[in-house]
Amino acid sequence: MQTAKDLKEYRAELREALDNEFLRQAMDKFAVAYRGSRAKAFAGMDLKGLIADVAQAKDGAAQRMDELLSEFTAKAEAAGVKVHVARTALEANEIIAAIAKENGVKKIVKSKSMTAEEIHLNDHLEGQGYEVTETDLGEWIIQLRHEGPTHMVMPAIHLSRYQVADLFSEVTQQKQEVDIEKLVKVARRELRPKYVEADMGISGANVAVAETGSLGMITNEGNGRLVTTLPRVHVALVGLDKLTATLRDALRIIRVLPRNATGQAISSYVTWIKGCVECAPAPGGKKVHHIVFLDNGRRALARDPLFSQVLRCVRCGACANVCPVYRLVGGHKYGHIYIGAIGLILTYFFHGRDKAKNLVQNCINCGSCKDVCAAGIDLPLLIKEIHARIQDEEGHPVPSTLLAKVLKNRKLFHTLLRSAKLAQKPLTSGGFIRHLPMIFSKEQNFRALPAIAPKAFRDLWPRIRPEVKGARLKVALFSGCVQDFVYPEQSVAAVNVVAGRGAALDFPMEQSCCGLPVMMMGEMAAARDVAQQNISALDPAKYDYILTLCASCASHLKHGYQKLLGNDPSWAVRAKQFADKVIDFSSFARDVLKLAPEDFRPGGGTATYHAPCHLCRGLGVIEAPRDLLRIAGVEYKPAEEEDVCCGFGGTFSIKFPELSAELLAKKLANAEATGAGTLVTDCPGCVMQLRGGLERKGSPMRVRHMAEILAQQIK
Amino acid sequence: MSESQPLSRLFEEKAKAVSAVVSTVTSLEQALAHAVDLCDKKDACQILVSGCELPLSATGEALCETKQQKILAAPGLEPKLFAKLKELAAERGILCIDTGMRQRLGGVDIAFTVADFGIAETGTLVFDSNSEEQRLATMIAEFHLAVLPVSKIREKSFDLEEELLALLQKSPSYTAFVTGASRTADIERVLALGVHGPLELHILLLED
Repeated sequence: MQTAKDLKEYRAELREALDNEFLRQAMDKFAVAYRGSRAKAFAGMDLKGLIADVAQAKDGAAQRMDELLSEFTAKAEAAGVKVHVARTALEANEIIAAIAKENGVKKIVKSKSMTAEEIHLNDHLEGQGYEVTETDLGEWIIQLRHEGPTHMVMPAIHLSRYQVADLFSEVTQQKQEVDIEKLVKVARRELRPKYVEADMGISGANVAVAETGSLGMITNEGNGRLVTTLPRVHVALVGLDKLTATLRDALRIIRVLPRNATGQAISSYVTWIKGCVECAPAPGGKKVHHIVFLDNGRRALARDPLFSQVLRCVRCGACANVCPVYRLVGGHKYGHIYIGAIGLILTYFFHGRDKAKNLVQNCINCGSCKDVCAAGIDLPLLIKEIHARIQDEEGHPVPSTLLAKVLKNRKLFHTLLRSAKLAQKPLTSGGFIRHLPMIFSKEQNFRALPAIAPKAFRDLWPRIRPEVKGARLKVALFSGCVQDFVYPEQSVAAVNVVAGRGAALDFPMEQSCCGLPVMMMGEMAAARDVAQQNISALDPAKYDYILTLCASCASHLKHGYQKLLGNDPSWAVRAKQFADKVIDFSSFARDVLKLAPEDFRPGGGTATYHAPCHLCRGLGVIEAPRDLLRIAGVEYKPAEEEDVCCGFGGTFSIKFPELSAELLAKKLANAEATGAGTLVTDCPGCVMQLRGGLERKGSPMRVRHMAEILAQQIK
Repeated sequence: MSESQPLSRLFEEKAKAVSAVVSTVTSLEQALAHAVDLCDKKDACQILVSGCELPLSATGEALCETKQQKILAAPGLEPKLFAKLKELAAERGILCIDTGMRQRLGGVDIAFTVADFGIAETGTLVFDSNSEEQRLATMIAEFHLAVLPVSKIREKSFDLEEELLALLQKSPSYTAFVTGASRTADIERVLALGVHGPLELHILLLED
């Protein structure tokens, strides 16, 4: 639940969560275990194909929502069901309360439903005097504790067995042992009478199949079966997004959902219900069955050209499972009702700007969620878009507006960087800023920040530009701000590697920041503006490749620009041509230059690798850098969790230094545990974070960009 | 038969992976004997049902006490087979019922059923569960013992699409996929079986 008024309060809550030792350990264990079990569950399957199938089925259903609703309603009503459509949360609550009243209901049992959480159904029913019992074990636990869920599939993942034992001791008025097996049995026996006494069962549904009029429910505990069987009334609350055209589409979803959620090939129970089934205590021996479809903005979402894809979500919770920020702070701080990346987005639409405004800033943009999503939703992009919309609605904060203004004007931006270089002089030694100026808070002290280099790469270029005769390739170098102004030596190293290998390098001077930082700040207009400047500066028609050593720039140039400009007729074609030519350094060195072991000197020492988010997930480049290390005669020592974010995230690390520091600490511990002498990576942003952290720790481990390692080893 | 052999093996492997106990029988009569044996020999068939030995609230205790004898439930079994089962059960002092599950919500020991289909890829049993007695028996039982004719096994859920459609299009209809025992990992992600439904799922592959 989000109660923080502003970012300051939200950050205080985050710090509190970081201090929860049990939560941290539970989350770490879960994150690691989940990755393994998911991989196992999908082994040998065409995962991309499955995801595409789900996306296609769900998109099709969203476009035909009202048509499918009519088809479903006709089939279900023919089987005796009363179908309702609630436009708002309140309407749904009132419809369900009215059903309870007209059937003389006193006690209600519920199976797990995120949609019921969305509309605060229990509060409404309890307010009208009904006794409501959640029967899913995790939901029952949090209901007894008066809390919201911290995960969509495992709602009580934040609690320990000790807390549950205390809670159950209270409930039974008997001292309970701290033994999970026994606690589960206690729940079994304590909840059984609740089903027996209940007059009404409320369930959700994972799918509503239009061609048959059936609901499908995916559960593990089997409580859903009891809730829909024992009481004489059954009400199912179903989001309109759960409609699927066919049984086949529903089976597709069922094939992916449990595998992606918990690494199970299928859940223990999948239950299909159509119509008023046999029920002894009901009038005429037939269940009283109502289905309440919830709109609450879903119909409007279905028509939104960008956001309709959120209706693809099957609520598997995987986006939380892999999110490095969720892993640090847990679901109470990483969602309102809906948790994880999708939660950040849904909160805005279902629970409003106030609940969403702090949350949407807390995305490090590492792309893990998008990579794991069962339905291929572009979650990071949608989060940024909502951040931008909230700023448009509430006004842009000063730093964000300033950055946008500055970045739109390349000359001003570069002049500012040059003045900063002079201003920092008294504070600088050994390439680091030794005393942070007042504008940085001391929270930034977890890593040393680099100084701006004495000479920018653009100023070095005229002198070092290699003369290439008879070049077979024309390559434009896009340096990005960090390599231009902070680490020009990385670009110089790349020039040394490429020179003399048949590629003519060019460095167009009009290039500017790639624009990712302003997009991260929710400044979409500035992001588009900068993208246009860069496409003009590096005219794709003039080059075979646009080479960049920065993974974040590369991913933004390749994918971000098309998203920003793809709908603009005057830019779409060039944005695509531009994107097609963008290549990262490791792929270029391995696949285009075709560097081979004989190009390198032996004795490259030992190195481990950090896979930048925007390289391994953003561009799907996984093997090239590891291959290159071996090719260059470096002994590669793999580290744990190489592809987990280092915590930089550009402006994220400035906004949430406490989270950035934790991610960095974990990353460095994993790297150091390999015993390698050097930590290699492919992104200057990551270099900045990793090197700053090691410097602060006084670690002997060195950090090098891939270009620097290759330049050092090349003959 | 030879064609379905690899499928039944795949089914067995996948069902065992989710903790089901799988064995083979050659006739339904053999399955009946197996059910009575299981009830007789296993811990499941005891008067006290699982969890009732733990400290419970007064309401929880009261429901426990409603179960006073060993019970084998076999709703939906064809009358001749049910008579046979009843006879076998009586020899061991076990009550055998096929109706009245609502009077047994404290728990029954074993639910004996015949599955309509099997899905090999996930080790899943498919039941037409329109009968309330069948639905209840398979939830309130400590152990669920299901017979699956090998000829009814398909590789994937998609291969059953036609049959499933026929089931789902019946009006009304309640269809269940059952894979392994009732399970939860809601406390510290530790797997525990038998949270609401059966603690164990036993499958008898019937070579028909």
